[in-house]
Amino acid sequence: MADIPLPRTRVARKLPLIGDISPFVALAIAWVVAMLVVALFADWLAPYGLTRMDLRNRLALPGNAEHWLGTDELGRDVLSRLIFSVRISLLIAFGATAISAVLGTTLGFLAAHFRGFVEQIVLTLADFQASMPFLILALAVLAFFGNALPLLVCLIGLYGWERYARIARGLAIAASAQGYAAAIRQLGATPARIYFRHILPNIASTLIVSMTLVFPEVILLESGLSFLGLGVQPPMSSLGNMVSYGREYISRAPWIMLAPAVTIICTTLAVSVIGDWLRDRLDPTLK
Amino acid sequence: MLRYFAIRFARALITIALVVTFAFVVLRLSGDPALIIMGPEAPPEVIAAFRKAWGLDEPIWRQYIDYFGAIARGELGRSMRDGRPAIALVAERIPATLALTLPALLIKLCLGVPAGMYAALHRGSLIDRAVMVAAVAGFTVPSFVLGLTLVLIFAVQLGWLPSGGQDTWRHAILPIVTLGIGGAAVLARFTRSAMLEVLGQPYIRTASAKGIPWRAVVTGHALPNAAIPTVTIIGFMVGTLIAGAVVVESVFSWPGVGRLLVVAVANRDLAVVQCILLLVAATMVASNLTVDFLYGLLDPRLRGARAH
Repeated sequence: MADIPLPRTRVARKLPLIGDISPFVALAIAWVVAMLVVALFADWLAPYGLTRMDLRNRLALPGNAEHWLGTDELGRDVLSRLIFSVRISLLIAFGATAISAVLGTTLGFLAAHFRGFVEQIVLTLADFQASMPFLILALAVLAFFGNALPLLVCLIGLYGWERYARIARGLAIAASAQGYAAAIRQLGATPARIYFRHILPNIASTLIVSMTLVFPEVILLESGLSFLGLGVQPPMSSLGNMVSYGREYISRAPWIMLAPAVTIICTTLAVSVIGDWLRDRLDPTLK
Repeated sequence: MLRYFAIRFARALITIALVVTFAFVVLRLSGDPALIIMGPEAPPEVIAAFRKAWGLDEPIWRQYIDYFGAIARGELGRSMRDGRPAIALVAERIPATLALTLPALLIKLCLGVPAGMYAALHRGSLIDRAVMVAAVAGFTVPSFVLGLTLVLIFAVQLGWLPSGGQDTWRHAILPIVTLGIGGAAVLARFTRSAMLEVLGQPYIRTASAKGIPWRAVVTGHALPNAAIPTVTIIGFMVGTLIAGAVVVESVFSWPGVGRLLVVAVANRDLAVVQCILLLVAATMVASNLTVDFLYGLLDPRLRGARAH
C-alpha cells in the first residue's frame, strides 16, 4: 500500500521575519515596548514623586537639568507625572481590552453553539451596542455609579465587545463545519473544550488583530472621559487628566498640555500601525 | 421589500426599548436618588416625601412599567436640581449644538467624500498619500487635543480667534473646524476603501472592456456601488449630530447638549441625563432606519432578498 500524504487543509502561516519589517513598524513596536517598560517600572523611572512639589521651581520651562519636561504651577515634575499617567492609562486600556475580548468571544461562542434564540439575543445586543455612541452610555453609567477605578475599567471593558462577538460567532460557525471540530466532537469532547481548546487557537490570530484595532480606541475613550473630569480621579492621574489640567495653563505653560497629548497620539498611532501590520501579516481576509 | 422594512422597523423599536430599559436600570438601581439629592442628613420625613413625589416608594417592577408609560406620554421628568422640565432644559440647548454639528457635517461631506474618491481613483499619488496620512491622524488624534492645539495656535499665539464661549459667530469657527476635520478624515478613509473595493470588482473591468469611457464607468458603475458603505458611515454621523460634540463643547465651553450632559453627570441630575440618553437613542435609531431605507432604494438586491 502506497503512502498517500494527507492533504493539508490549512497552509502553515508564514511567520513574520524580522528582516522585512518596515522601519515605520519597527519604530511603532519600539515605542509600544518603551511605553510598557515605562508603565512597569514607573516607580524606578520617575525622577520625582507624583505629588512632590518644588515650590521654588513653579512653571519651570522644559529642558532644564532638574525637570526635563518642566514643572506645573505647583512645581510638580511634568515628566514624573507623565510616567505615572502612562502607567494608569495603559493599565486601564489593557484591562478593558482584555475584558471586552473575553466577554465578546464568549458571547460569540455561545451564539455559535446554541444558535436560535441565544444567537438572536447576542446579535440584538451587538446591534444595540454598535448603534449607540458609547461615550453617552458610559457617561450615564458613571453619573450614577461613581468613578472608582475598577468600575471604570469594567465599564470601558464593555467597549467593542460586539466586534469580537461577531467575529467569534462567524468564525466558530465556520470552524464547526470543519473536520477537526467534528473529529474532536466524535471523540466525546465537551463543547467548552471544543471551543476553547480547539476552535479558539485556530481563530486567535483574527481576534488578536481585532484587539490591536480596538486598543487605540480604548485609549482615546479613557483619555476622553478623564479629560471631561469623569474618568480617573485625582490624586491618580491619567494622560487625559493631564491634558485637562494643562489646558488651564495653555497660554503660560503649553508643555503641561503638550507632553501628555503627544504621548497619547504616539501611542495610539503606534498601536494602529502594529495592528495594520499584523492584519496584513496574519489575516488578509480582514479588510 | 416590505418584509425587509418591517424587520428593520422592529429592530429599531427593540433598540429604543433596550435604551429605555438601560436608562431605567442604571438610573434607578445605582443608588437611592432621594439620598443623593437630599443628602444623608435630610430628615426622614423629607426623604419620604421626596420618594412619594418621584414615585420612588413603589415596587421596582411598578416603577419600570410607569416609566415606559411616562416616556410614551413624553413625560421625561423634571431636573432634580432646578425643578424645570428636563425636556425643556435639553431642548433649549439643541440649537447651540446643531450650530456646531451641522456645519461640521457639511465640512465632513464636502471634504471627506471627494478626498476619498480622488485618492481611490489616483491610488499611490501624492494626494492619495496625503489623504491617508490625514486619515490616520484623524483617527489617532483625540478631538480635545486637536481642539486645544487649534486654540494654542489661533487663539493664544496668533490671537485671531477667541478660545471659548458663544458670543459671536467667530466663537463657532474653532469648534466647527475641530469637529469637521476629524470627521472628514474618517469619512475620506472610508470612502477611499469602499471605492477601491468596488474598482477591483469584475463588473468594472467588464464595463471598461465594453469600451465605456472611464468617466462614465466611474460615475455609472463605481459610484452607486461605493455609495452603499459610505451611506452607512454618513448615517452614523447624522445620528451623532446631537451627541457627537460632548468633548468639543467642553473644550470650547460651548453651551450645547454635550456640555449640559457633562454637567448633569457631574451633578447626578437623573432626569436630564436620561432625557439626553433617550434623545440620542432616538436620533441614532431614526438615522439608522433612514439608512436602512436608503439601502433598500440603493441596492436592488435587497428588494427581493430576505432580510437577515
